[in-house]
Order: sequence, then structure tokens, then C-alpha cells
Amino acid sequence: MGKTLAEKLLSQKSGDDTRSESIVVAEVDLVFAQDTTGPLTVRHFQASGFKHLANSQKTALFLDHAAPSPNYGLSNDHVFLRHFAQQTGCLISQIGEGVCHQIVVESLAKPGDVIVGADSHTVTAGGLGAFATGMGSTDVAIAFGLGKTWFRVPESIKVAVSGNFPEGVYAKDLILHLIGQIGADGATYKALEFSGDTIDNMSMSQRFTIANMAVEAGAKVGLFTADKTTQDYLTVQGRGNHYQSIFPDADATYERTINISASSLEPTVSKPHTVDNTTPARELKGTKIQQVFIGTCTNGRLEDLAIAANILRGRKCHPETRLIIAPVSRQVLLAAITAGYIRTLIEAEAIILPPGCGACLGLHQGVLANGEACLSTANRNFKGRMGSPEAFIYLGSPATAAATAITGEITDPREVI
Amino acid sequence: MLKGRAFKFNDNISTDHITPGRLAHLRSNLPELAKHVLEDADPTFASRVKTGDFIVGGSNFGLGSSREHAPLVIKMAGVSAILAKSVARIFFRNAINLGLPVLICDTALIDDGDELKVDLAAGTIKDITNGNQLAFGKIPEVMLHILDEGGLIPYIKKYGDFRP
Repeated sequence: MGKTLAEKLLSQKSGDDTRSESIVVAEVDLVFAQDTTGPLTVRHFQASGFKHLANSQKTALFLDHAAPSPNYGLSNDHVFLRHFAQQTGCLISQIGEGVCHQIVVESLAKPGDVIVGADSHTVTAGGLGAFATGMGSTDVAIAFGLGKTWFRVPESIKVAVSGNFPEGVYAKDLILHLIGQIGADGATYKALEFSGDTIDNMSMSQRFTIANMAVEAGAKVGLFTADKTTQDYLTVQGRGNHYQSIFPDADATYERTINISASSLEPTVSKPHTVDNTTPARELKGTKIQQVFIGTCTNGRLEDLAIAANILRGRKCHPETRLIIAPVSRQVLLAAITAGYIRTLIEAEAIILPPGCGACLGLHQGVLANGEACLSTANRNFKGRMGSPEAFIYLGSPATAAATAITGEITDPREVI
Repeated sequence: MLKGRAFKFNDNISTDHITPGRLAHLRSNLPELAKHVLEDADPTFASRVKTGDFIVGGSNFGLGSSREHAPLVIKMAGVSAILAKSVARIFFRNAINLGLPVLICDTALIDDGDELKVDLAAGTIKDITNGNQLAFGKIPEVMLHILDEGGLIPYIKKYGDFRP
């Protein structure tokens, strides 16, 4: 009997011929924390009695959530993390380099890896065919020290997507549609494994968008086959030698299969205050939006900025709507400058932020007021997420975000393209 | 035997309800952060909860972020266990790693303010107020071992490694 992608990845790393529901201990190829989970991770590492990291070159800290720091409490946390990196020799990504999950896929993760991070969106690297999952500070601290952790091998749900996206529809609309269909706990403790010709033809950027949001359905991982697209991406990143082909067996056993026809999808929006509260964008026409936010580990990549720039070229944001854009990494920001997207976006009166997470979690740079509404390309719209608990967050694609910035109300991008 | 009062919450209580990102600057000042526990779900919770009390959630309790500060401030508030219909994956691991039991049961049978008695060893919950007796789902063995030691840090300090 064949294996799912999840079973294959955890079998490889644990050395056990393992199946879903088993408990395995597996070595980690990368373990990391960021600036809002890292200080507790380091304190737990020290409290556990560890003196050394299991492998300093497989351990990383990212200064991305408060980048640059908006207050001295977080500045002190940054000093604490930099000091730990100096002492232990672990990798550290400084302010301005970008969001941890993007740096991980650009520079560190490879197909076949097992990765744990003290951040729920660690699942992003599943787009490369890595078993990448979020854990808390204690689990990550122990993985810092032991270089391994325990896993329950998840059952897998196969998501088979076929056909072409209609104009104005993207990977973001697909994953929002899926979460709306199965619910915010529809895949809790499970692996989501994506396949089908739509997925085969999809860019890495769009695969990352989907993998990133697997956790919003409760999933442990969102996994993609590592194929020619993966290989080409790694080659462009100067890491072609990191490629290996990874795919599920044809006779693998899935808990269930969900079939989606890409051509039947339309621009989709999650309404407040849960991600599974989805509806077609066109049904929200007339909903006034004070802030549009384009960025994050979900949708802050070059392709996303290109989509927004192409819609906003020669146009201006609505006078009562501010457009805030945070490119996900320095690499993306530089490429967007070279391509002219940043100039186009600024001419449309967008505000460009440094690469980082800030606005997505209400930490700084785009904090919502009481009663304000935001259309965001991020992954979460929980009450209080972006500032005031009295604010409203809607989630959509970069195209929906750009269209909304022009009209000042939630807009199906097909109305403006 | 755990004994305390039930504080009832809705479905989908996220880590942002428990400890939102806007308070990230307090994460290295845990006593201050703990004063805001569950503020966005019930602003009166922190001042009313007493040592031994229970959080009684609905489905998908603790969804969202990996921030372990969420179960940590709940534990610091004196909560002896979280009861829920279902719990999000990362939150579940985090709570157990901190030695905070999470018990899966039909919480619709418990009302806000009810007096509860929980027998962890027997796997039973007694609602003293309405007389209902509930069973809770088995905690996976690997997590039970961690819980028995009071959390993952004491477990690792004792054994030095994971015991398969």
C-alpha cells in the first residue's frame, strides 16, 4: 500500500516505515522562532538546562514582526535575541530582510525537509514539499536543544483541483473557497495535500499562498508535490542543488478527496471575524473600506505586487481609503522596484512599508480604529487582530484589494480590469 | 480532583481573543500581559477568575497563532483546565507542554457559572450545579506522559529525550 506525501516525508526523516496516526520522533532540518515568540523560546531553552544548540546552522531567529521596533519593550526583545544569536552562533535574520516564512522558502527550506517554527504560518514551506508546521515556544525550545521533535503522523485530505482560473481569480480565492467549504476546523490535525492540473500549472508564489493558509482550516501541513516548477524556483534562488522530487504514491490512502473545479470559482472574500465566513466579493458591493493592506507571508510576493500594480496603473486610491503595502522580503522589494511596480503603486498614492509582519497582527504600521473596516490580503480576520476589537477585517486576493482601493468599497476585481 | 467554577465562551475563541498582537510588547512582561487574558472575548474575565476555575469553550478553541503566551496567561490566571468541544492543534500541544490540561467533552451540557469537579484520572467531569456527569476524550498517551510530569520542560529535564 502506497503512502501519502505526509507519510513519505515523516518516514524519511524518522527512519520508521510510518503510517497516519503513528507517533514518530523526527530530526528537524530547520527550527526557528521570530521576535514575538523567540524570547519565550530562548527562556524555555535556558530553563530546560540546554547549554548548546543541537545544530546552530539549522536554528534561526527572525526579527520581522516588529520591524523596525515600534517601542522599547520589543526593542529589548530584539537585543535579547541578537545576544542569543551571538552566543550560540545560530542564524539571525535582521530587520528589513523580510517575513520569516518568505526567507525560509527563498533561502533555507528544501523538498523533503522537516521544519518546525514558533509561528503558525510555518506551513508556507509546504509549497516546496517540506513537512513544515507551527509549534509553540516550548516545543521549539526543545527542538533547539535536541534537534528533533515528536509528531503524530497526520491523516491526509486530498484536494484535487482541475481546470483554469477565470479572469480575476487566483490561488487566494481558491484557498478561501476551500476553507469556506470545510470550515476553520475542517482539517484539524490533518494534512492537506494539493494536486491536479491547476496545481501542476501553478507558480511557486501561488502555491505558497495556498500552503500558508492550510492552518486556517486547522491543518498541520499543506503539502505540494516537488516538481519542475519547484526545481526552477530553487535554481533561480541559487539553490538548484537543493531539489529532490517528492510526490505521493498513486495508491496512497486518503481520509477523503475534495474535488474543486477552478473554472467555477470567483473572487472570494472572508467576512469578519472568521476565515471560513466566505462569500463572493460581488455580494459585498457597497461595504465601505477605510484601509486596504497588501502584503504578508500570504500575498506580499512579487506576483502579488504585479497584480496590484497592473490594476492601479494610472489610477488613484479612493480619497477615503488608504492603501498600505508591505513587500514580504527585501528580495521582493528590490525586484518590485526594478520592475517599476513600486513607482506605479506610489503614483496611485499607496504607502510603502518596509518588509515585515506589523500590520497583519495589529502590532504597528496600519492599526485599525474602532469601527474601521480593512480589506487585507493576509490570512486572518479574527476580532482584534489588526488593532481595535471594534474593527472589521475582510480577506481577499491582491486583485480584490487593488480594486477595493480604487472604489473605496469591496469590489470584484472584474469590475475594474 | 480539580474543583472550580465554569467560565463559558463561544466557538472559535482565537489566540487574538486571548492575547492580541497589539500587546506583543508585553510578552516579556508576563504578569502585565496576564492582566489582559481573554480581554477581547470577555473584558471582565481577568478580574473575576479565581484559582481552580475552568474555561469552558465551544468548538475550535485556541485557533490561530502559535503564541504560547495564550495558554500561559490562562494558566497564570489560575485556570486548572480548559474544557472544549474541540481544540486547535498548536494550542492543544502548547497547553499540554505547559502542564495545563485540555479536556474534550460536550460543553453544551455546562452553563456559565456552574460548579464543576474534574477527576483527571477517572476521565470524568461532574457538573455539581445541574447534576450532569460528563466523560472527556482520552488524551493521547504521548501527551499524557508530558502532562504527568507537569509539562515538557520538566519532562525533558527528567528524561533528557523523548521517550518513544
